[in-house]
Amino acid sequence: MPEKARRRDGEDAVVIPIGTGGRPGRGSGSARPSSAARNLAPSSRKAPSAKAPSAKAPSVKAPSAKAASGKPSAPRKKARADGARTTAPADEAVAPPPADDPAATAPPTTGIPVGEWLAAAQQAAQEVFGADWERRAAELMAFVRRRLEGDYDVDDYGFDRELTERFFMAALRPIAKKWFRLEVRGLENIPAEGGALVVSNHSGTIPLDGLMTMLTVHDHAGRFLRPLGADLVFKLPLVSSLARKGGATLACTEDAERMLSDGELVGVWPEGFKGIGKPFSERYKLQRFGRGGFVSAALRTGVPIIPLSVVGAEEIYPLVGNVPSLARLLGVPYIPITPFFPWLGPLGLVPLPSKWILEFGEPIRTDAYEPGEAEDPMLVFNVTDQVRETIQHTLFDLLRDRGGVFG
Amino acid sequence: MGRVVLVTGISRDIGRRFARAATGDPSIDRVIGVDVVPPRGDVGDVSFVRADIRNPVIAKVIAKEDVDTVVHMSVIATPGSAGGRGTMKELNVIGSMQLLAACQRSATVERLVVKSTTTVYGSGPRDPAMFTEDMGPKRLPSSGYAKDVYEIEGYVRGFARRRPDVDVTMIRAANVVGPHVSSPLTNYFRLPVIPRVLGFDPRLQLLHEDDLMRVLRHAATNGVPGTFNVAGDGLLTLSQAVRRLGTPSVALPRFAVGRLGSTMRQARVSDFSPEQLGFLTYGRGVDTTRMRTMLGFEPQFTTAEAFADFCRSVAPAAKEGVGRA
Repeated sequence: MPEKARRRDGEDAVVIPIGTGGRPGRGSGSARPSSAARNLAPSSRKAPSAKAPSAKAPSVKAPSAKAASGKPSAPRKKARADGARTTAPADEAVAPPPADDPAATAPPTTGIPVGEWLAAAQQAAQEVFGADWERRAAELMAFVRRRLEGDYDVDDYGFDRELTERFFMAALRPIAKKWFRLEVRGLENIPAEGGALVVSNHSGTIPLDGLMTMLTVHDHAGRFLRPLGADLVFKLPLVSSLARKGGATLACTEDAERMLSDGELVGVWPEGFKGIGKPFSERYKLQRFGRGGFVSAALRTGVPIIPLSVVGAEEIYPLVGNVPSLARLLGVPYIPITPFFPWLGPLGLVPLPSKWILEFGEPIRTDAYEPGEAEDPMLVFNVTDQVRETIQHTLFDLLRDRGGVFG
Repeated sequence: MGRVVLVTGISRDIGRRFARAATGDPSIDRVIGVDVVPPRGDVGDVSFVRADIRNPVIAKVIAKEDVDTVVHMSVIATPGSAGGRGTMKELNVIGSMQLLAACQRSATVERLVVKSTTTVYGSGPRDPAMFTEDMGPKRLPSSGYAKDVYEIEGYVRGFARRRPDVDVTMIRAANVVGPHVSSPLTNYFRLPVIPRVLGFDPRLQLLHEDDLMRVLRHAATNGVPGTFNVAGDGLLTLSQAVRRLGTPSVALPRFAVGRLGSTMRQARVSDFSPEQLGFLTYGRGVDTTRMRTMLGFEPQFTTAEAFADFCRSVAPAAKEGVGRA
C-alpha cells in the first residue's frame, strides 16, 4: 500500500506539465507567465489553477459544476435540506459563492432565483423556530415591541407574568434539567386551582432551591408559585426588582393572606436564613420553623399546606465558614465561605452539580379548623411541628433513595 | 336648602378646580373658597374669602356663612411654593389645627372632608404589597410632607373623637397625575431625562386628577365617615411607566439620585423630596376595597389609563424640547 501511494505521488509529478506548481512563469524565472502557460489559459488567470493540481480538483470542481448549471443544483439542495435538517445551514453556506460566477459569464437569469433565496430564509427560520416558525417569529417581534413600549401588565405585587415565562423560566430550565437533573415526585399533590401553601426546607447558601421549585411548579403543574421572601430580598438592589417581577412578595401576614385568599399558590421557606446559611455539617437538619406565621395564614384562609422536601440543594455550595464581622458590616446574614469561594473567584460561584429530588407531600388540610382557631397558639405550634416532621422524614427517605450526591 | 361648602387651599390649582366643580353640583348651594392669596384662575361662582387658616379668623368665616361642610385641601406637598420648609410646616400643621379648632367650636359644621395622601404609609423594603386603611407606616416619617400629613391625620382623628356628630371623611389619595397637575411626581416625569434608582423598580399606583375631583365631591355630598384609600386600579412599574412615556432614563445608584435630587431642588428645577426618593426606590400599593364597598366610589381611570392621559400631555412638550435643542 505505501509503495502504491508513493508511485501515485510520482505520477502526479509527471502529470504536472510545466512544473509550475500552480504559479505561472516559475520555470522561466520571470514573473510573467510563459507563452505556453498563457496558451493554456485563454480567458483568465483562473484557468491554470483549475487545470493544474488534480489533488485539489474535487473541491474546485463542485462549485464550478454547479455554476455551469444553476438549475440542477437547486433540486439537489432542496432534496438534501429535506432529508437532513442539520445539514441545511452548511448547504446554504456553500451555495452563495457560485452565485457571482454565472452572473459574470452568463445571463443573470441563470443565477439562483429569488424564490430559492426565500426558501432558504424560510428554511433558516424553521431551523430556529420550528415548524410554526411564522407565528413564533411574529410573536417574538411582538414581544420585543411590547417590552420596549412598556405595553405589558404587572399585577398588584409587581409580578410580570410574560417576562417570568419567557425569560426567567427559560433561563432556569437548562440548569434544572442538565445541571441538577431534577427529579420530581408527588406532583398530584399540587392542587390544579385554588389557594395552597407550599412549605419547603431551605438550603444551599443561595436560594436556588426556591427558583427550582418555582420552575418545577410552573413546568409540571402549570401554575405560578408565588414565593414569600425576606425583607432583605426587597432591600437589595437588582434582587428586589427581579424578585417582584418573578412574582415574589414580602413574607408578612398581610401579603400571605391576601395572596392565599386570591387563590394563588404561595411558596414559603420558614427556616429562612437559618436554613439557607447553615454550615455544611448540619445538612438536612431542619432548623426552627419561624414563629409559625405561615400556619396561621393558612388556617385563617383555610387553604391546604403542601410540604415539599428538596434534596440536593444542600450540596451546591458547601458552606464551611462564615465571616460574621464582615456580614454585620454589610448588613447581610452571612458571608459564605465554601471550598471554592472566594478562593477561585467567580469560578467559585458555579454550583456543584448535585443530583436533586423534589417531593411534594400529601396536603395537610386546614379547612376543618375554624378561622378563629388561628388565634390558638397551641394549635399553630402543633400544625407547624406536623409540617416540619413530615418534611424531615421525607428528606431522610429521599437521601436514602438518592444514593450518591452526584448520582 | 342645599349645602354650604367651605374649601381651603383654593389658590392652588386642584383646590380651585374642585371649588368650581362643586358650584355646579345641584345639592350644593354655595361654595366659599378660603386662602391666603387669591386664586390665579377663574373661580366662577365661588365666593373667595381672603383669610389665613393659621389664625382664628377662619372660625368667624365658618360662623358667619353658616358653613356645614368643610373640605380641607390646603395640605401642601412641597416647600417650594410656600417659601421654605418652615412656612410649609406652619401652613400644613398649624393651619389644620386652627381649622379643626374652628370646626369644633362651630355648631353648623356637619361634615369634614380632608384630602390626605397615601404618602403617610411611607415606602420601604418592609412594606406589605398593598396597604389597607388600618395599617400605618412601617417606620414613622421623620420629616417633610409625610410627617406633616401623619400629624394632621392624628389631629383629624382627635377631632373625630371629640365631635362624633360630625362625619369626618379622610381621603388618602394616591399620587395624582393628569395634564394639569403639577406635583413632585409629575414634575419628575416631565424631566427631559428621568433619573431612576439603579436596581430598583418601584410599583406606582396613580389617581387621575378628574377622579380626585369626583371623589372629593362624592365625599362632600354623601358624607360617609371613615378613612379611605383612593387610587386607580392596577399598578405600573417605574420602568414600564418610563417606557410608555418614551422619555430616556438613566439608572443611578441611590445616593447619586438623592444628591441629584437635592441639587435640582436648590436649582428650583424639580422638587425632589426625601420621601419621594423612597417612593421611587420601593414604591407603594394601596388596597381600595373600602373605597368601593363603603365609600361607594368607582374611579373612572385605572392607573394605566391615568398615566396614558398624562403621557398625552407630556408628549407635545417633549417634542418641543427636542425641536428647541
